[in-house]
Amino acid sequence: MNIALNLIAMRTIVRKEVVRVLRIWVQTIVPPAITMTLYFIIFGRLIGSRIGSMDGFDYMQYIAPGLIMMAVITNSYGNVVSSFFAAKFGRHIEEMLVSPMANASIVIGHVAGGVLRGILVGALVTMIALFFTDLSLRHPLITISIVLLSSTVFSLAGFINAVFARKFDDISIIPTFVLTPLTYLGGVFYSISLLPDFWQKVSLANPILYMVNAFRYGILGVADISIAVAYGILIGFITVLFIVCLALMRRGVGIRE
Amino acid sequence: MTALTIRNLSKTYANGNVALKGIDLVVEAGDFYALLGPNGAGKTTAIGIVTSLVNKSGGDVEIFGHSIDTDLEAAKSCIGLVPQEINLNLWDSVYNIVLNQAGYYGLPRRLAQQRTEKYLQAMRLWDRRRQAARSLSGGMKRRLMIARALVHEPKLLILDEPTAGVDIEIRRSMWDYLREINAAGTTIILTTHYLEEAESLCRHVAIIDEGRIIEDAPMKTVLRKLQREVFVLSLEEPISAAPALDGFEARLLDNLELEVAKGPARSMNELFAQLAQQNIRVLSLRNKANRLEELFMRLVENKDVARTQAVAP
Repeated sequence: MNIALNLIAMRTIVRKEVVRVLRIWVQTIVPPAITMTLYFIIFGRLIGSRIGSMDGFDYMQYIAPGLIMMAVITNSYGNVVSSFFAAKFGRHIEEMLVSPMANASIVIGHVAGGVLRGILVGALVTMIALFFTDLSLRHPLITISIVLLSSTVFSLAGFINAVFARKFDDISIIPTFVLTPLTYLGGVFYSISLLPDFWQKVSLANPILYMVNAFRYGILGVADISIAVAYGILIGFITVLFIVCLALMRRGVGIRE
Repeated sequence: MTALTIRNLSKTYANGNVALKGIDLVVEAGDFYALLGPNGAGKTTAIGIVTSLVNKSGGDVEIFGHSIDTDLEAAKSCIGLVPQEINLNLWDSVYNIVLNQAGYYGLPRRLAQQRTEKYLQAMRLWDRRRQAARSLSGGMKRRLMIARALVHEPKLLILDEPTAGVDIEIRRSMWDYLREINAAGTTIILTTHYLEEAESLCRHVAIIDEGRIIEDAPMKTVLRKLQREVFVLSLEEPISAAPALDGFEARLLDNLELEVAKGPARSMNELFAQLAQQNIRVLSLRNKANRLEELFMRLVENKDVARTQAVAP
């Protein structure tokens, strides 16, 4: 493999993705900012003031890391699935397929674009959160690494969704019926210690729970789960999803006749 | 050196449609090669396999000696593709589309910018570089796809119907440009429905039909096979009946237009001499059909006749 060629090609995809995100900022950046502001106002300030503290923090502080992570996850996923599917739909994916860049470069370039949008939106939501509550970084390295790993997982998942999607409806099925329920049930708004034993055990099967809690640990220093297990799950998911992406590209599923 | 070698290439789609039935082709480096055939003959499938957009069912493809099975990266680096259908990111700017393509081929940023300007200038699109591709006319989009295909300066340029929807003036200037880059060493494979275009530009022609190559030879050799040419003569004075012409078939289209068919053994001088003897003066003449078009139709029609006879009880 020509490393220099592939590095330039990947950089080109990332640059293209960033240009796309900024060009359509009204669709990519403004909506999560508005949605999260509403969450902070309604759940944090209006309802949260009646809930009291959770794990020793006021409710607004407790949900802020979860809301930031929710924005990172949904935007990383959404960026890759919509960008790659649009390229398939408009057939300009062929620009990349006829070029000598490796399949891995196509995957990594799009995933990096998804991660960058996730981080951009995450940073914006963090700034909004700071208008409503105080946040301090207890474990900066854990916070940053969990954001990067989580957005990578969901960017890869978005890529797989885009590969299989045949129409625009197909790119909203997974976010609507899988991602959103798992995120809401993944400890964004509550500690699973509040749940009965049975539901606590069920919740432990939700991978998003580990991401949200590991991120919350990085900021607040509290978590319902083991941080080591969270890293293990994230790295495991990234490995498996990346291999699946490469296999799909190699076979040409959804992109080659 | 061969630019493209195709051996026993076959393709059967998932729906059972057999698009290619074991074709063989050799395109020499530096050639200007026409790949012709009716709609659905297998041209685009063959190009799709060569450019890795379609998975083959069997056979081998080598581009400048690089197999697409074992040395795909090197093989792809040699090719520039102008596809039949518009496949531009219509929301992106003209400039970015070409610049990004250069990046996908690993061109450093500075060089990519220089080449982008060079080929947008060549395709007369530099003034529109900041416009989104969706705002371009159909002909401009085709020229943009040519600029995109050329930006990494491929050794083999494949053009699948490049001038469809392009006006005559631009088409002629595109022909000149293609001749220029071919003269500079770029091998070109062209598919087109404008057979005049193929005859004018290409030195070698292959005709594909129903997944098989039915003709593959230098253009001159192919055209020599044409046994009969038909001309339409515009006459100065009206005549009431077709004149008797020894060695020619004449038919009156109207009292000022005469259709004359000639074989390869007869010259135009003989025709004019006989017409002059009968006091018929010719103002102008034109080929009734393009020569390649006539041959193409004959090859495809002969095959249909042969098949009809084969299945007749």
